[in-house]
Amino acid sequence: MDIATFQAYGYFFLTAFMVLVLYGYIWHLYTAKKKYGKDYEEYADIALHDDITDKPVEKISDEEKK
Amino acid sequence: MENRPLEYDYSVAKMFMLSTVVLGIVGMLVGVILAWQLAFPGANLFLGEALGEYTNFSRLRPLHTDAVIFGFTLSGVFATWYYVGQRVLKVSMAESKLLMFLGKLHFWLYLVGVAAVVVSLVLGITTSKEYAEFEWPIDIAIVIVWVIWGLSIFGLIGIRRERSLYISIWYYIATFLGIAMLYLFNNMEVPTYFASGGIGAWYHSVSMYAGTNDALVQWWYGHNAVAFGFTVPIVAMIYYFLPKESGQAVYSYKLSLLSFWGLMFVYLWAGGHHLLFSTVPDWMQTMGSVFSIVLILPSWGSAINMLLTMKGEWQQVASSPLIKFMVLASTFYMFSTLEGPIQAIKSVNALAHFTDWIVGHVHDGVLGWVGFMIMAALFHMAPRVFKREIYSKSMMNSQFWIQTLGVILYFTSMWIAGITQGMMWRAHDEFGNLAYSFIDTVSVLHPYFTIRAVGGTLYLVGFLMFAWNMYKTMTAGRRVEESELQNATPMAA
Repeated sequence: MDIATFQAYGYFFLTAFMVLVLYGYIWHLYTAKKKYGKDYEEYADIALHDDITDKPVEKISDEEKK
Repeated sequence: MENRPLEYDYSVAKMFMLSTVVLGIVGMLVGVILAWQLAFPGANLFLGEALGEYTNFSRLRPLHTDAVIFGFTLSGVFATWYYVGQRVLKVSMAESKLLMFLGKLHFWLYLVGVAAVVVSLVLGITTSKEYAEFEWPIDIAIVIVWVIWGLSIFGLIGIRRERSLYISIWYYIATFLGIAMLYLFNNMEVPTYFASGGIGAWYHSVSMYAGTNDALVQWWYGHNAVAFGFTVPIVAMIYYFLPKESGQAVYSYKLSLLSFWGLMFVYLWAGGHHLLFSTVPDWMQTMGSVFSIVLILPSWGSAINMLLTMKGEWQQVASSPLIKFMVLASTFYMFSTLEGPIQAIKSVNALAHFTDWIVGHVHDGVLGWVGFMIMAALFHMAPRVFKREIYSKSMMNSQFWIQTLGVILYFTSMWIAGITQGMMWRAHDEFGNLAYSFIDTVSVLHPYFTIRAVGGTLYLVGFLMFAWNMYKTMTAGRRVEESELQNATPMAA
Protein backbone atom coordinates (compact mmCIF):
# COMPACT_ATOMS: atom_id res chain seq x y z
CA MET A 1 0.00 0.00 0.00
CA ASP A 2 1.51 3.35 -1.00
CA ILE A 3 1.24 6.42 1.22
CA ALA A 4 -1.59 8.01 -0.80
CA THR A 5 -3.79 4.89 -0.49
CA PHE A 6 -2.99 4.70 3.19
CA GLN A 7 -3.98 8.37 3.61
CA ALA A 8 -7.23 7.80 1.73
CA TYR A 9 -8.19 4.86 4.00
CA GLY A 10 -7.14 6.87 7.04
CA TYR A 11 -9.22 9.82 5.89
CA PHE A 12 -12.29 7.64 5.29
CA PHE A 13 -12.14 5.85 8.62
CA LEU A 14 -11.39 9.03 10.56
CA THR A 15 -14.41 10.73 8.97
CA ALA A 16 -16.60 7.69 9.74
CA PHE A 17 -15.30 7.71 13.32
CA MET A 18 -16.02 11.44 13.75
CA VAL A 19 -19.55 10.95 12.41
CA LEU A 20 -20.07 8.14 14.93
CA VAL A 21 -18.76 10.34 17.74
CA LEU A 22 -21.11 13.15 16.69
CA TYR A 23 -24.18 10.93 16.48
CA GLY A 24 -23.14 9.18 19.72
CA TYR A 25 -23.07 12.57 21.42
CA ILE A 26 -26.52 13.49 20.10
CA TRP A 27 -27.78 10.08 21.27
CA HIS A 28 -26.29 10.69 24.69
CA LEU A 29 -27.84 14.18 24.97
CA TYR A 30 -31.30 12.91 24.13
CA THR A 31 -31.25 9.70 26.20
CA ALA A 32 -29.45 11.02 29.29
CA LYS A 33 -32.70 12.08 30.94
CA LYS A 34 -34.24 8.60 30.66
CA LYS A 35 -31.04 6.68 31.47
CA TYR A 36 -29.41 8.73 34.22
CA GLY A 37 -32.08 11.31 35.09
CA LYS A 38 -29.80 14.06 33.73
CA ASP A 39 -31.84 16.72 31.95
CA TYR A 40 -29.56 19.00 29.94
CA GLU A 41 -32.36 21.54 29.47
CA GLU A 42 -32.22 22.34 33.19
CA TYR A 43 -28.84 24.00 32.69
CA ALA A 44 -30.57 26.75 30.69
CA ASP A 45 -31.84 28.00 34.07
CA ILE A 46 -28.28 28.88 35.11
CA ALA A 47 -28.59 32.12 33.11
CA LEU A 48 -32.10 32.95 34.30
CA HIS A 49 -31.47 32.37 38.03
CA ASP A 50 -28.06 33.96 38.30
CA ASP A 51 -28.37 36.25 41.29
CA ILE A 52 -25.78 35.61 43.96
CA THR A 53 -28.62 34.72 46.34
CA ASP A 54 -30.21 32.22 43.89
CA LYS A 55 -29.83 28.50 44.52
CA PRO A 56 -27.38 26.91 42.05
CA VAL A 57 -28.99 24.54 39.54
CA GLU A 58 -26.39 21.94 40.52
CA LYS A 59 -24.43 22.90 43.62
CA ILE A 60 -20.77 21.99 44.13
CA SER A 61 -20.65 20.15 47.46
CA ASP A 62 -18.29 21.22 50.22
CA GLU A 63 -16.27 17.98 49.85
CA GLU A 64 -15.61 18.73 46.20
CA LYS A 65 -14.39 22.20 47.14
CA LYS A 66 -11.67 20.64 49.30
CA MET B 1 -30.77 49.54 49.49
CA GLU B 2 -31.64 45.97 50.39
CA ASN B 3 -29.46 44.17 52.88
CA ARG B 4 -27.55 41.47 50.99
CA PRO B 5 -24.67 39.46 52.42
CA LEU B 6 -22.65 39.30 49.21
CA GLU B 7 -22.68 41.18 45.91
CA TYR B 8 -21.07 40.56 42.56
CA ASP B 9 -18.12 42.87 42.10
CA TYR B 10 -18.16 44.64 38.75
CA SER B 11 -15.09 46.90 39.18
CA VAL B 12 -13.12 45.19 36.40
CA ALA B 13 -16.19 44.85 34.17
CA LYS B 14 -16.74 48.62 34.46
CA MET B 15 -13.14 49.37 33.45
CA PHE B 16 -13.47 47.23 30.33
CA MET B 17 -16.88 48.75 29.53
CA LEU B 18 -15.17 52.12 29.43
CA SER B 19 -12.38 50.89 27.14
CA THR B 20 -14.99 49.22 24.88
CA VAL B 21 -16.73 52.55 24.34
CA VAL B 22 -13.55 54.62 23.93
CA LEU B 23 -11.76 52.18 21.63
CA GLY B 24 -15.01 51.65 19.70
CA ILE B 25 -15.14 55.38 18.97
CA VAL B 26 -11.46 55.42 17.93
CA GLY B 27 -11.71 52.32 15.70
CA MET B 28 -14.94 53.38 14.01
CA LEU B 29 -13.86 57.01 13.57
CA VAL B 30 -10.68 55.86 11.81
CA GLY B 31 -12.81 53.49 9.71
CA VAL B 32 -15.06 56.34 8.62
CA ILE B 33 -12.03 58.50 7.72
CA LEU B 34 -10.70 55.61 5.61
CA ALA B 35 -14.05 55.22 3.83
CA TRP B 36 -14.10 58.92 2.88
CA GLN B 37 -10.46 58.68 1.77
CA LEU B 38 -11.36 55.84 -0.58
CA ALA B 39 -14.19 57.90 -2.06
CA PHE B 40 -12.28 61.19 -2.11
CA PRO B 41 -8.49 60.61 -2.17
CA GLY B 42 -7.82 64.25 -1.23
CA ALA B 43 -8.94 63.27 2.28
CA ASN B 44 -5.63 61.43 2.71
CA LEU B 45 -4.21 64.84 3.55
CA PHE B 46 -7.05 66.00 5.80
CA LEU B 47 -4.56 67.37 8.35
CA GLY B 48 -2.34 68.98 5.73
CA GLU B 49 0.61 67.80 3.68
CA ALA B 50 3.05 68.02 6.58
CA LEU B 51 1.15 65.31 8.45
CA GLY B 52 0.30 63.32 5.34
CA GLU B 53 2.61 60.53 6.44
CA TYR B 54 0.38 59.88 9.45
CA THR B 55 -3.03 60.43 7.89
CA ASN B 56 -2.82 58.49 4.65
CA PHE B 57 -4.92 55.38 4.05
CA SER B 58 -2.16 52.81 4.38
CA ARG B 59 -0.91 54.19 7.69
CA LEU B 60 -4.41 54.36 9.20
CA ARG B 61 -5.83 51.10 7.87
CA PRO B 62 -4.16 48.73 10.39
CA LEU B 63 -5.09 51.18 13.13
CA HIS B 64 -8.77 50.78 12.15
CA THR B 65 -8.74 46.98 11.94
CA ASP B 66 -6.68 46.48 15.08
CA ALA B 67 -8.64 49.07 17.08
CA VAL B 68 -11.96 47.38 16.33
CA ILE B 69 -10.66 43.81 16.70
CA PHE B 70 -8.24 44.05 19.60
CA GLY B 71 -9.62 47.27 21.10
CA PHE B 72 -13.40 47.45 20.82
CA THR B 73 -14.25 43.76 20.44
CA LEU B 74 -11.75 42.33 22.92
CA SER B 75 -12.65 44.97 25.51
CA GLY B 76 -16.29 43.99 25.04
CA VAL B 77 -15.36 40.32 25.44
CA PHE B 78 -13.42 41.06 28.64
CA ALA B 79 -16.15 43.36 30.02
CA THR B 80 -18.83 40.72 29.48
CA TRP B 81 -16.59 37.95 30.84
CA TYR B 82 -16.06 39.81 34.13
CA TYR B 83 -19.84 40.26 34.30
CA VAL B 84 -21.27 36.99 32.95
CA GLY B 85 -18.51 34.81 34.44
CA GLN B 86 -19.36 35.75 38.02
CA ARG B 87 -23.11 35.45 37.50
CA VAL B 88 -23.36 32.05 35.87
CA LEU B 89 -20.67 30.56 38.13
CA LYS B 90 -22.44 32.22 41.12
CA VAL B 91 -19.27 33.50 42.69
CA SER B 92 -18.20 37.08 43.32
CA MET B 93 -14.82 38.54 42.41
CA ALA B 94 -14.96 40.12 45.88
CA GLU B 95 -14.48 36.64 47.34
CA SER B 96 -10.91 36.39 46.10
CA LYS B 97 -8.33 39.13 46.54
CA LEU B 98 -6.06 37.33 44.07
CA LEU B 99 -8.68 37.26 41.32
CA MET B 100 -9.49 40.90 41.91
CA PHE B 101 -5.80 41.79 41.66
CA LEU B 102 -5.41 39.72 38.48
CA GLY B 103 -8.51 41.34 36.98
CA LYS B 104 -7.19 44.85 37.56
CA LEU B 105 -3.71 43.91 36.40
CA HIS B 106 -5.33 42.45 33.28
CA PHE B 107 -7.00 45.78 32.54
CA TRP B 108 -3.98 48.03 33.15
CA LEU B 109 -1.52 45.84 31.22
CA TYR B 110 -4.06 45.61 28.41
CA LEU B 111 -4.17 49.40 28.33
CA VAL B 112 -0.37 49.58 28.15
CA GLY B 113 -0.52 47.11 25.24
CA VAL B 114 -3.15 49.25 23.48
CA ALA B 115 -1.01 52.38 23.89
CA ALA B 116 2.04 50.58 22.49
CA VAL B 117 0.00 49.34 19.51
CA VAL B 118 -1.44 52.77 18.72
CA VAL B 119 1.94 54.52 18.93
CA SER B 120 3.79 51.89 16.88
CA LEU B 121 1.13 51.74 14.15
CA VAL B 122 0.92 55.52 13.84
CA LEU B 123 4.71 55.60 13.51
CA GLY B 124 4.46 52.95 10.80
CA ILE B 125 6.24 50.21 12.76
CA THR B 126 4.65 46.96 11.59
CA THR B 127 5.41 43.35 10.70
CA SER B 128 3.14 43.80 7.63
CA LYS B 129 1.10 40.68 8.50
CA GLU B 130 -2.61 41.47 8.40
CA TYR B 131 -4.21 41.62 11.88
CA ALA B 132 -0.80 40.55 13.25
CA GLU B 133 1.05 43.81 12.65
CA PHE B 134 2.56 44.10 16.11
CA GLU B 135 6.33 43.71 16.51
CA TRP B 136 7.75 41.13 18.88
CA PRO B 137 7.99 43.20 22.11
CA ILE B 138 4.27 44.01 21.85
CA ASP B 139 3.51 40.37 21.05
CA ILE B 140 5.20 39.32 24.28
CA ALA B 141 3.16 41.90 26.23
CA ILE B 142 -0.05 40.62 24.60
CA VAL B 143 0.80 37.04 25.53
CA ILE B 144 1.25 38.12 29.17
CA VAL B 145 -2.13 39.94 29.13
CA TRP B 146 -3.72 36.84 27.65
CA VAL B 147 -2.23 34.51 30.24
CA ILE B 148 -3.54 36.78 33.02
CA TRP B 149 -7.01 36.61 31.48
CA GLY B 150 -6.69 32.81 31.44
CA LEU B 151 -5.77 32.82 35.12
CA SER B 152 -8.86 34.94 35.80
CA ILE B 153 -11.10 32.56 33.86
CA PHE B 154 -9.83 29.35 35.40
CA GLY B 155 -9.45 30.97 38.84
CA LEU B 156 -13.10 31.99 38.86
CA ILE B 157 -14.15 28.56 37.58
CA GLY B 158 -12.07 27.00 40.36
CA ILE B 159 -14.02 28.71 43.15
CA ARG B 160 -17.49 28.47 41.57
CA ARG B 161 -20.66 27.36 43.36
CA GLU B 162 -22.49 26.18 40.22
CA ARG B 163 -21.15 22.77 39.27
CA SER B 164 -22.06 22.79 35.59
CA LEU B 165 -20.47 25.36 33.29
CA TYR B 166 -23.15 27.33 31.45
CA ILE B 167 -22.80 27.23 27.65
CA SER B 168 -21.41 30.79 27.55
CA ILE B 169 -18.49 29.71 29.75
CA TRP B 170 -17.56 27.03 27.21
CA TYR B 171 -17.50 29.69 24.52
CA TYR B 172 -15.33 32.00 26.64
CA ILE B 173 -12.89 29.14 27.35
CA ALA B 174 -12.77 28.37 23.62
CA THR B 175 -12.01 32.05 22.91
CA PHE B 176 -9.14 31.95 25.36
CA LEU B 177 -7.63 28.70 24.09
CA GLY B 178 -8.29 29.38 20.40
CA ILE B 179 -6.71 32.84 20.31
CA ALA B 180 -3.79 31.66 22.47
CA MET B 181 -2.94 28.92 19.97
CA LEU B 182 -3.49 31.05 16.87
CA TYR B 183 -1.62 34.07 18.16
CA LEU B 184 1.43 32.10 19.26
CA PHE B 185 1.85 30.20 16.02
CA ASN B 186 1.20 33.07 13.63
CA ASN B 187 3.47 35.46 15.50
CA MET B 188 6.52 33.22 15.56
CA GLU B 189 9.07 35.72 14.35
CA VAL B 190 12.80 36.25 14.15
CA PRO B 191 14.09 39.50 15.77
CA THR B 192 16.41 40.63 12.99
CA TYR B 193 18.63 42.82 15.19
CA PHE B 194 19.56 39.93 17.46
CA ALA B 195 19.68 37.28 14.74
CA SER B 196 21.98 39.41 12.56
CA GLY B 197 24.30 40.61 15.29
CA GLY B 198 23.11 44.21 15.44
CA ILE B 199 21.67 45.22 12.05
CA GLY B 200 18.54 47.41 11.93
CA ALA B 201 16.14 48.41 14.67
CA TRP B 202 16.01 46.31 17.85
CA TYR B 203 12.24 45.91 17.69
CA HIS B 204 12.05 44.75 14.07
CA SER B 205 11.35 41.14 13.11
CA VAL B 206 10.49 38.91 10.17
CA SER B 207 8.12 35.95 10.12
CA MET B 208 9.65 32.58 10.94
CA TYR B 209 7.75 31.08 8.00
CA ALA B 210 8.47 31.82 4.36
CA GLY B 211 6.43 32.11 1.17
CA THR B 212 3.39 29.87 0.84
CA ASN B 213 3.86 28.46 4.34
CA ASP B 214 3.66 31.97 5.73
CA ALA B 215 0.47 32.59 3.76
CA LEU B 216 -1.04 29.35 5.05
CA VAL B 217 -0.27 30.09 8.68
CA GLN B 218 -1.36 33.71 8.24
CA TRP B 219 -4.81 32.76 6.89
CA TRP B 220 -5.25 29.90 9.30
CA TYR B 221 -4.76 32.68 11.87
CA GLY B 222 -6.63 35.41 10.00
CA HIS B 223 -9.77 33.41 9.45
CA ASN B 224 -9.76 31.96 12.93
CA ALA B 225 -9.27 35.39 14.43
CA VAL B 226 -12.74 35.93 12.96
CA ALA B 227 -13.79 32.60 14.48
CA PHE B 228 -12.43 33.05 17.97
CA GLY B 229 -12.59 36.85 18.18
CA PHE B 230 -15.76 37.76 16.25
CA THR B 231 -17.86 34.62 16.56
CA VAL B 232 -17.17 32.42 19.56
CA PRO B 233 -17.16 35.11 22.31
CA ILE B 234 -20.10 36.93 20.70
CA VAL B 235 -22.07 33.67 20.72
CA ALA B 236 -21.09 33.41 24.41
CA MET B 237 -22.69 36.83 24.93
CA ILE B 238 -25.94 36.15 23.10
CA TYR B 239 -26.43 32.81 24.91
CA TYR B 240 -26.44 34.73 28.16
CA PHE B 241 -27.88 38.16 27.39
CA LEU B 242 -30.81 37.24 25.13
CA PRO B 243 -32.33 34.64 27.53
CA LYS B 244 -31.66 36.91 30.51
CA GLU B 245 -33.12 40.05 28.98
CA SER B 246 -36.18 38.28 27.55
CA GLY B 247 -36.73 36.02 30.57
CA GLN B 248 -36.91 33.01 28.24
CA ALA B 249 -34.72 29.93 28.74
CA VAL B 250 -32.51 28.96 25.78
CA TYR B 251 -34.86 27.16 23.34
CA SER B 252 -32.72 24.00 23.25
CA TYR B 253 -29.75 23.68 25.57
CA LYS B 254 -28.82 20.40 23.88
CA LEU B 255 -28.63 22.15 20.52
CA SER B 256 -26.37 24.81 22.08
CA LEU B 257 -23.92 22.09 23.18
CA LEU B 258 -24.01 20.33 19.84
CA SER B 259 -23.46 23.60 17.95
CA PHE B 260 -20.55 24.38 20.22
CA TRP B 261 -18.66 21.19 19.46
CA GLY B 262 -19.61 21.43 15.78
CA LEU B 263 -18.20 24.97 15.58
CA MET B 264 -15.01 23.95 17.39
CA PHE B 265 -14.36 21.07 15.04
CA VAL B 266 -15.23 22.75 11.76
CA TYR B 267 -14.02 26.34 12.06
CA LEU B 268 -10.29 25.62 12.27
CA TRP B 269 -10.24 23.98 8.83
CA ALA B 270 -11.95 26.73 6.86
CA GLY B 271 -9.10 29.28 6.63
CA GLY B 272 -7.84 27.84 3.33
CA HIS B 273 -10.69 29.63 1.53
CA HIS B 274 -8.66 32.85 1.79
CA LEU B 275 -6.07 31.28 -0.50
CA LEU B 276 -8.21 29.91 -3.32
CA PHE B 277 -6.40 29.99 -6.68
CA SER B 278 -3.10 30.72 -4.95
CA THR B 279 0.06 28.61 -4.59
CA VAL B 280 -1.20 26.41 -1.75
CA PRO B 281 -1.97 22.74 -2.59
CA ASP B 282 -5.27 22.25 -4.41
CA TRP B 283 -6.61 19.78 -1.83
CA MET B 284 -6.17 22.41 0.89
CA GLN B 285 -8.17 24.91 -1.12
CA THR B 286 -10.93 22.35 -1.63
CA MET B 287 -10.86 21.47 2.07
CA GLY B 288 -11.19 25.18 2.94
CA SER B 289 -14.23 25.45 0.65
CA VAL B 290 -15.88 22.28 1.93
CA PHE B 291 -15.41 23.10 5.60
CA SER B 292 -16.74 26.62 4.97
CA ILE B 293 -19.98 25.15 3.62
CA VAL B 294 -20.25 22.68 6.52
CA LEU B 295 -19.77 25.64 8.86
CA ILE B 296 -23.28 26.82 8.05
CA LEU B 297 -24.67 24.01 10.24
CA PRO B 298 -23.17 24.87 13.65
CA SER B 299 -23.47 28.62 12.98
CA TRP B 300 -27.14 28.38 12.12
CA GLY B 301 -27.60 25.91 14.99
CA SER B 302 -26.77 28.73 17.43
CA ALA B 303 -28.53 31.49 15.51
CA ILE B 304 -31.79 29.56 15.07
CA ASN B 305 -31.60 28.52 18.71
CA MET B 306 -31.52 32.20 19.62
CA LEU B 307 -34.42 33.15 17.37
CA LEU B 308 -36.48 30.21 18.72
CA THR B 309 -35.68 31.37 22.25
CA MET B 310 -37.98 34.30 21.43
CA LYS B 311 -40.81 31.88 20.51
CA GLY B 312 -44.11 33.19 21.84
CA GLU B 313 -42.41 36.39 23.00
CA TRP B 314 -41.96 38.22 19.72
CA GLN B 315 -43.88 41.24 21.06
CA GLN B 316 -40.70 41.99 23.02
CA VAL B 317 -38.90 42.75 19.75
CA ALA B 318 -41.35 45.56 19.14
CA SER B 319 -41.36 46.87 22.68
CA SER B 320 -37.70 46.60 23.70
CA PRO B 321 -34.89 48.23 21.73
CA LEU B 322 -32.44 45.98 23.57
CA ILE B 323 -34.14 42.83 22.27
CA LYS B 324 -34.21 44.47 18.82
CA PHE B 325 -30.43 44.84 18.88
CA MET B 326 -29.94 41.19 19.82
CA VAL B 327 -32.47 39.73 17.40
CA LEU B 328 -30.98 41.78 14.58
CA ALA B 329 -27.50 40.69 15.68
CA SER B 330 -28.57 37.05 15.51
CA THR B 331 -30.15 37.64 12.10
CA PHE B 332 -26.98 39.28 10.80
CA TYR B 333 -25.02 36.31 12.18
CA MET B 334 -27.18 33.98 10.09
CA PHE B 335 -26.82 36.25 7.11
CA SER B 336 -23.04 36.57 7.20
CA THR B 337 -22.50 32.87 8.00
CA LEU B 338 -24.43 32.06 4.83
CA GLU B 339 -22.73 34.75 2.76
CA GLY B 340 -19.22 33.62 3.83
CA PRO B 341 -19.65 30.00 2.68
CA ILE B 342 -21.14 31.21 -0.63
CA GLN B 343 -18.02 33.35 -1.18
CA ALA B 344 -15.85 30.34 -0.33
CA ILE B 345 -17.23 28.30 -3.25
CA LYS B 346 -14.44 28.27 -5.81
CA SER B 347 -16.48 29.49 -8.78
CA VAL B 348 -18.01 32.34 -6.74
CA ASN B 349 -14.63 33.17 -5.26
CA ALA B 350 -13.16 33.50 -8.74
CA LEU B 351 -15.40 36.54 -9.08
CA ALA B 352 -15.44 37.78 -5.50
CA HIS B 353 -11.79 37.49 -4.47
CA PHE B 354 -10.01 40.82 -3.84
CA THR B 355 -13.22 42.75 -4.54
CA ASP B 356 -15.26 44.98 -2.24
CA TRP B 357 -17.84 42.22 -1.79
CA ILE B 358 -15.42 40.69 0.73
CA VAL B 359 -15.20 44.02 2.56
CA GLY B 360 -19.01 44.15 2.56
CA HIS B 361 -19.17 40.61 4.01
CA VAL B 362 -16.79 41.45 6.83
CA HIS B 363 -18.77 44.56 7.70
CA ASP B 364 -22.25 43.04 7.72
CA GLY B 365 -20.72 40.57 10.19
CA VAL B 366 -18.90 43.04 12.42
CA LEU B 367 -21.33 45.96 12.28
CA GLY B 368 -24.53 43.91 12.31
CA TRP B 369 -23.48 41.00 14.51
CA VAL B 370 -20.45 41.87 16.63
CA GLY B 371 -21.16 45.60 17.11
CA PHE B 372 -24.88 45.21 17.80
CA MET B 373 -24.32 42.34 20.24
CA ILE B 374 -21.59 44.11 22.21
CA MET B 375 -23.64 47.30 22.48
CA ALA B 376 -26.69 45.27 23.56
CA ALA B 377 -24.58 43.49 26.19
CA LEU B 378 -23.33 46.81 27.56
CA PHE B 379 -26.85 48.25 27.57
CA HIS B 380 -28.00 45.24 29.60
CA MET B 381 -25.04 45.46 31.97
CA ALA B 382 -25.10 49.24 32.59
CA PRO B 383 -28.14 49.38 34.92
CA ARG B 384 -26.83 46.36 36.83
CA VAL B 385 -23.31 47.62 37.35
CA PHE B 386 -24.19 51.29 37.93
CA LYS B 387 -27.52 50.58 39.68
CA ARG B 388 -29.20 53.15 37.45
CA GLU B 389 -31.78 52.79 34.70
CA ILE B 390 -30.90 53.38 31.05
CA TYR B 391 -30.99 57.11 30.48
CA SER B 392 -33.03 57.17 27.27
CA LYS B 393 -35.04 54.44 25.56
CA SER B 394 -36.02 56.71 22.68
CA MET B 395 -32.36 57.46 22.00
CA MET B 396 -31.71 53.70 21.90
CA ASN B 397 -34.53 53.29 19.37
CA SER B 398 -33.21 56.10 17.18
CA GLN B 399 -29.70 54.66 17.44
CA PHE B 400 -30.98 51.25 16.36
CA TRP B 401 -32.62 52.58 13.19
CA ILE B 402 -29.75 54.92 12.28
CA GLN B 403 -27.21 52.13 12.62
CA THR B 404 -29.38 49.56 10.84
CA LEU B 405 -29.69 51.97 7.92
CA GLY B 406 -25.90 52.47 8.09
CA VAL B 407 -25.19 48.72 7.92
CA ILE B 408 -27.62 48.23 5.03
CA LEU B 409 -26.09 51.08 3.02
CA TYR B 410 -22.64 49.67 3.77
CA PHE B 411 -23.14 46.10 2.64
CA THR B 412 -25.48 46.76 -0.28
CA SER B 413 -23.08 49.32 -1.78
CA MET B 414 -20.19 46.90 -1.34
CA TRP B 415 -22.14 44.06 -2.95
CA ILE B 416 -22.78 46.13 -6.04
CA ALA B 417 -19.25 47.55 -6.03
CA GLY B 418 -17.67 44.11 -5.53
CA ILE B 419 -19.62 42.29 -8.20
CA THR B 420 -19.17 45.16 -10.67
CA GLN B 421 -15.45 45.14 -9.93
CA GLY B 422 -15.19 41.34 -10.36
CA MET B 423 -17.09 41.42 -13.65
CA MET B 424 -15.03 44.30 -15.03
CA TRP B 425 -11.72 42.75 -14.03
CA ARG B 426 -12.35 39.62 -16.00
CA ALA B 427 -14.23 41.07 -18.97
CA HIS B 428 -12.33 40.62 -22.23
CA ASP B 429 -12.78 41.00 -25.95
CA GLU B 430 -12.86 38.19 -28.53
CA PHE B 431 -9.04 38.14 -28.64
CA GLY B 432 -8.65 37.75 -24.87
CA ASN B 433 -7.54 41.32 -24.23
CA LEU B 434 -8.84 42.77 -20.98
CA ALA B 435 -11.74 45.11 -21.66
CA TYR B 436 -11.02 47.51 -18.79
CA SER B 437 -8.04 48.93 -16.98
CA PHE B 438 -7.99 49.23 -13.19
CA ILE B 439 -8.78 52.95 -13.23
CA ASP B 440 -11.99 52.23 -15.21
CA THR B 441 -13.29 50.22 -12.28
CA VAL B 442 -12.29 52.96 -9.83
CA SER B 443 -14.35 55.57 -11.71
CA VAL B 444 -17.39 53.29 -11.92
CA LEU B 445 -17.22 52.44 -8.21
CA HIS B 446 -17.02 56.02 -6.96
CA PRO B 447 -20.75 56.41 -6.14
CA TYR B 448 -20.77 53.15 -4.20
CA PHE B 449 -17.67 54.15 -2.25
CA THR B 450 -19.48 57.36 -1.31
CA ILE B 451 -22.59 55.44 -0.22
CA ARG B 452 -20.37 53.19 1.90
CA ALA B 453 -18.80 56.22 3.57
CA VAL B 454 -22.28 57.59 4.32
CA GLY B 455 -23.31 54.20 5.78
CA GLY B 456 -20.19 54.06 7.95
CA THR B 457 -20.76 57.63 9.13
CA LEU B 458 -24.34 56.75 10.15
CA TYR B 459 -23.04 53.78 12.14
CA LEU B 460 -20.49 56.03 13.87
CA VAL B 461 -23.22 58.59 14.68
CA GLY B 462 -25.23 55.74 16.26
CA PHE B 463 -22.20 54.64 18.23
CA LEU B 464 -21.70 58.17 19.57
CA MET B 465 -25.38 58.13 20.66
CA PHE B 466 -24.65 54.84 22.41
CA ALA B 467 -21.62 56.35 24.16
CA TRP B 468 -23.65 59.39 25.24
CA ASN B 469 -26.50 57.19 26.51
CA MET B 470 -24.04 55.07 28.50
CA TYR B 471 -22.39 58.17 29.96
CA LYS B 472 -25.73 59.69 30.97
CA THR B 473 -26.89 56.34 32.41
CA MET B 474 -23.75 56.20 34.53
CA THR B 475 -24.04 59.78 35.77
CA ALA B 476 -27.69 60.84 35.60
CA GLY B 477 -29.94 57.75 35.31
CA ARG B 478 -32.62 57.18 37.98
CA ARG B 479 -31.30 54.92 40.74
CA VAL B 480 -32.81 51.43 40.77
CA GLU B 481 -33.07 48.62 43.33
CA GLU B 482 -31.89 45.05 42.73
CA SER B 483 -35.54 43.91 42.51
CA GLU B 484 -36.01 46.00 39.33
CA LEU B 485 -33.15 44.23 37.60
CA GLN B 486 -34.49 40.70 37.17
CA ASN B 487 -35.00 40.43 33.42
CA ALA B 488 -36.06 43.32 31.18
CA THR B 489 -33.64 46.22 31.61
CA PRO B 490 -35.23 49.34 33.15
CA MET B 491 -35.20 52.29 30.74
CA ALA B 492 -36.44 55.85 31.03
CA ALA B 493 -38.59 57.00 28.11
